[in-house]
Amino acid sequence: MELLTPAIGLLFWMLVVFVILVVILRVAAWKPIMNGLKEREHQIQSALDLAEKTRADMAKLQSDNEKLLAEARAERDSILKSAKEAADRIIAESKEKATVEGKRIIEDAREAIDNERAALLAQIKKEIVTVSLDIAEKVLRRELSDKSTQEKLVADLAQEARLN
Amino acid sequence: MLRQLRHKFAAAALALLSAFSFAYAEEPAHNHEHKEEKFNIGEMIMHHISDAHEWEFAHGLAIPLPVIIYDNGLKVFSSSKFYHSPDATHEDHEKHIYPNKELGYVLEHEHVYRLGVDGKADKEAHVLDFSITKNVASLLLSAVLLFLIFTAVAKGYNKNKGKAPSGIQSFLEPVILMIRDDVVKPAIGPKYEKYLPYLLTLFFFVWINNLLGLLPGGANLTGNIAVTLVLAVITFLIVHFNANKHYFAHLVKPTGVPLALLPVMVPVEIVGVFMKPFSLMVRLFANITAGHIIILSLLGLIFIAKNLGGGGTGWSISPLVLIFTLFMNLIELLVAFLQAFIFTLLSSMYIGSAIEEHHEADHGH
Repeated sequence: MELLTPAIGLLFWMLVVFVILVVILRVAAWKPIMNGLKEREHQIQSALDLAEKTRADMAKLQSDNEKLLAEARAERDSILKSAKEAADRIIAESKEKATVEGKRIIEDAREAIDNERAALLAQIKKEIVTVSLDIAEKVLRRELSDKSTQEKLVADLAQEARLN
Repeated sequence: MLRQLRHKFAAAALALLSAFSFAYAEEPAHNHEHKEEKFNIGEMIMHHISDAHEWEFAHGLAIPLPVIIYDNGLKVFSSSKFYHSPDATHEDHEKHIYPNKELGYVLEHEHVYRLGVDGKADKEAHVLDFSITKNVASLLLSAVLLFLIFTAVAKGYNKNKGKAPSGIQSFLEPVILMIRDDVVKPAIGPKYEKYLPYLLTLFFFVWINNLLGLLPGGANLTGNIAVTLVLAVITFLIVHFNANKHYFAHLVKPTGVPLALLPVMVPVEIVGVFMKPFSLMVRLFANITAGHIIILSLLGLIFIAKNLGGGGTGWSISPLVLIFTLFMNLIELLVAFLQAFIFTLLSSMYIGSAIEEHHEADHGH
């Protein structure tokens, strides 16, 4: 029975000491400990969040890069295509132009040749006439020294003229 | 490194435990020399688990403690004035009665009474005894220990801000977290922080005092009904000062109970209110005291054997008793933690069920 009877002194001391202990530990221990724990948990959580965010960012960046790359590739293709088209067009145009020019040059050349030939022919005709006249003059000067020859010549010339 | 340390720790713990068993074993041995053929195991056990006005570590090695009594004014003197009183005869010592005529008081079975004119204790006059007894001294010691330990832990959090815990901080952090995350938080819910200082103090107070009680010469503080009574009453007060209207409404009209059963259920509910702290009080007291009694009884077997068959029997039974005692001590280490845990868990659950916001019938019982 002795064991089951609480002693007044111990009751008093226990109450006083325990209440003081709770009050003191609450301020001196539990508060800083809980704050420290919470702070650390917060830090860990924010570090994890940051890692998650960074990973998402990286994934986004990568997909952006891929998109950008695809866009660049498409642009390159289109540029190449248009460049090729332009080149083809220019080549075709040049060819046409060259053909036309060639034709024109040939035409010009032909014309020039024709002119030259005509001029040459005229010149030759003239030369021939001059030479002929000289020859004729000389022949005449010698021939016409006798009368029969003169007559024969006139007859020949007349015949010749008829031929022309 | 860690494993080496663990081995060392285990070895040290083992050595401490066996030293403890020997210390217990030695104490009654000395007693026995004085009181030839009069070994009384019941008396020995009661002596060890009861409070005293001096702190006896071994026979003959006792620290006198201050006696503080209120009897028409406060009186303070050393308990050695009782234990070493010139007025106490040898028979008085045998009967644990220590009169001191100069003071006018007598210490009879650790109770202080006024000394009557006949030289006997005057049990009619009430003397209030606020002495620093062995238990109170142990209580103060544990309070100082708790303060030192947990301010050191708190310092660790300031020092290691943003770093891993170190030293005693890393040793106790898992325990603190276990109490917070596995006991208090699930039992109380979102408003747990308000009750955390009390519950943490409660847990570590009970645990450290259970452990101190296991040390040789330690006081049986948590196995004292006054201590468990105060703890239970504080829990009771916290529960009922914070309880919401659902809790009280549930007492007078338990939901889901047929009207005809109310005359039975309401008294049951009201008894339950007081049964909860009562069970807290008795559980801790009984578990710790019972553990001490078992260990003391086992050790007492040695002296009983000696009384029956002489010194040789006593010696021959000792190794067996030692093994049992060692085993019991290990169990008591577990019980020390377990009882602190249960007291805290149940306190949390009582608080949790009293402040729970809900509209359904089911209260936690």
